[in-house]
Amino acid sequence: MGATDIQRTVSAVWRIESARLVGAVARMVGGVGMAEEFAQDALLAAMEQWPRDGIPDNPAAWLMTAAKRRAIDHLRRGDLIDRKHAEFARHTPDAHHDADNDTPVDDDRLRLIFIACHPVVPAEGRIALTLRLLGGLTTQEIARAFLSTESTIAQRIVRAKKTLADAHVPFEAPSSDAIAERLPAVLEVVYLIFNEGYSATAGSQLLRPELCEEALRLGRTLAQLLPHKAEVSGLAALMELQASRLRARVDASGAPVLLADQDRSRWDRLLIRRGLIALARALRLSTQRGRYVLQAEIAACHARSLSVDATDWRRVAELYWELLDIDPSPVVELNRAMAVAMAYGAEAGLVIVDHLRGEPALQDYALLAGARGDLLERLGRHDEARTEFERAGALSSNEKEREPMLARARKQPANALVASNRSARIPQ
Amino acid sequence: MRFMVMVKANKSSEAGVMPTEKLLAAMGAFNEELVKAGIMLAGEGLKPSSAGVRVKFNGAKRSVVDGPFTETKELVAGFWIWQVKSLEEAIEWVKRCPNPFDGGESEIEIRPFFEAEDFGKELTPELREQEARLRDEMAKNQG
Repeated sequence: MGATDIQRTVSAVWRIESARLVGAVARMVGGVGMAEEFAQDALLAAMEQWPRDGIPDNPAAWLMTAAKRRAIDHLRRGDLIDRKHAEFARHTPDAHHDADNDTPVDDDRLRLIFIACHPVVPAEGRIALTLRLLGGLTTQEIARAFLSTESTIAQRIVRAKKTLADAHVPFEAPSSDAIAERLPAVLEVVYLIFNEGYSATAGSQLLRPELCEEALRLGRTLAQLLPHKAEVSGLAALMELQASRLRARVDASGAPVLLADQDRSRWDRLLIRRGLIALARALRLSTQRGRYVLQAEIAACHARSLSVDATDWRRVAELYWELLDIDPSPVVELNRAMAVAMAYGAEAGLVIVDHLRGEPALQDYALLAGARGDLLERLGRHDEARTEFERAGALSSNEKEREPMLARARKQPANALVASNRSARIPQ
Repeated sequence: MRFMVMVKANKSSEAGVMPTEKLLAAMGAFNEELVKAGIMLAGEGLKPSSAGVRVKFNGAKRSVVDGPFTETKELVAGFWIWQVKSLEEAIEWVKRCPNPFDGGESEIEIRPFFEAEDFGKELTPELREQEARLRDEMAKNQG
């Protein structure tokens, strides 16, 4: 086996084991930040030694021993950075003896994700720390995924870990109250990761599927760890259903293909099935449907429909209406407008869209201009449509989104009075 | 990346011998770990090949052959579909799997799915259509 093969194997073992390693060491030293460093040291040692000495029979146990040895050395030397850490370690039960590899790793995963998304951690730090602690991603991988520099991401992680240490956030399983209170923040982080993969806010590629996969993996894990939380299953369902469209979402040149134009035979039936099962579970658990369950229901309306025309647009419009109650955002209203246009005609949709034009949050929102252009085009108001598409193009920060808008602007016939029959473009 | 992870058949699986309770428990625990790690998309066990058939194609002709089939080691007794980051990760997970046939010899095969990028950017919709047309014509000529 060559050195690069071995490095790939080390990374693979790390990805599988990192949560367990960090968890076990955190129980010894008290804090997650320091535990993560010892686990990282063990990883570095493996990267160095395995190519030379060969891969050990039980690589996971090797890493665990190496990480724990570093933690024990550290505790023995007593070189704790400050006294509070020392107190902290003392207060952690069985600080030195908690060598139980039997501790279920899922508990550790739950602890880690709730710590990574802890309210004291700055929002940007949460994403980086979650990917680091739960996905086993390296700083370099996270930087690449977010088109950021390694040093920026490293800084975010350092700052996040320092905040956790300063706030003495213990390595403990969140109480059911804490879960209830902090779950929305956790789900938000997971969905942010997904969305950055599903619809990149910057760069030359619209999709970064590896981020979608990371988020899906986290979502599936959470759905297993918190099987009685409707919103957790709702988010898992939403991501499965949206990811089922990934393959159809860009054309060969990487330009986005709108929902109405997607080749539905390319939708991933396995993910749709998984999404619908997760949604059914979420609905069983719901007393009142939350934001993720509702969005998953909307995604399911599309997933179940063989074509745009076969879609139950009235139901989609109603679901957006319900979603507005929970999330009164102009973006949701814009989506509702497009569903209304499909269900009741372009004119009805345009009324809602025109109301949104005064919304300060949407002043520079490319999708609003695009949606308005679309409705105007369908009503045969091509001059106005052209202006809106040009505006949408100018407002797009993603290169792949800009060109289709400009192309549609060019396609508008001058002063034409004939209404187009084209179906509405859905901005999602 | 997606992988199909196939547990190959052996004499006992082909004879329809059910796994022991101990093995079932170990497999159950392994499956649970896969699910909690968020990597398992699907997984099923298959009945012995005596319960299956093969449909053979020869030009326009189709004939049905009943199982069982003899090349035991090439048969599939069960499969998973996993979503992991690399082939190496799939290998590491497979190594953690209990021996599917209680201490005896068995084999698990890992096969990657084709992904969109495997076709490269060259395969535009026009090219795809062209390829489909070519295949049609070739089929006609051979038929």
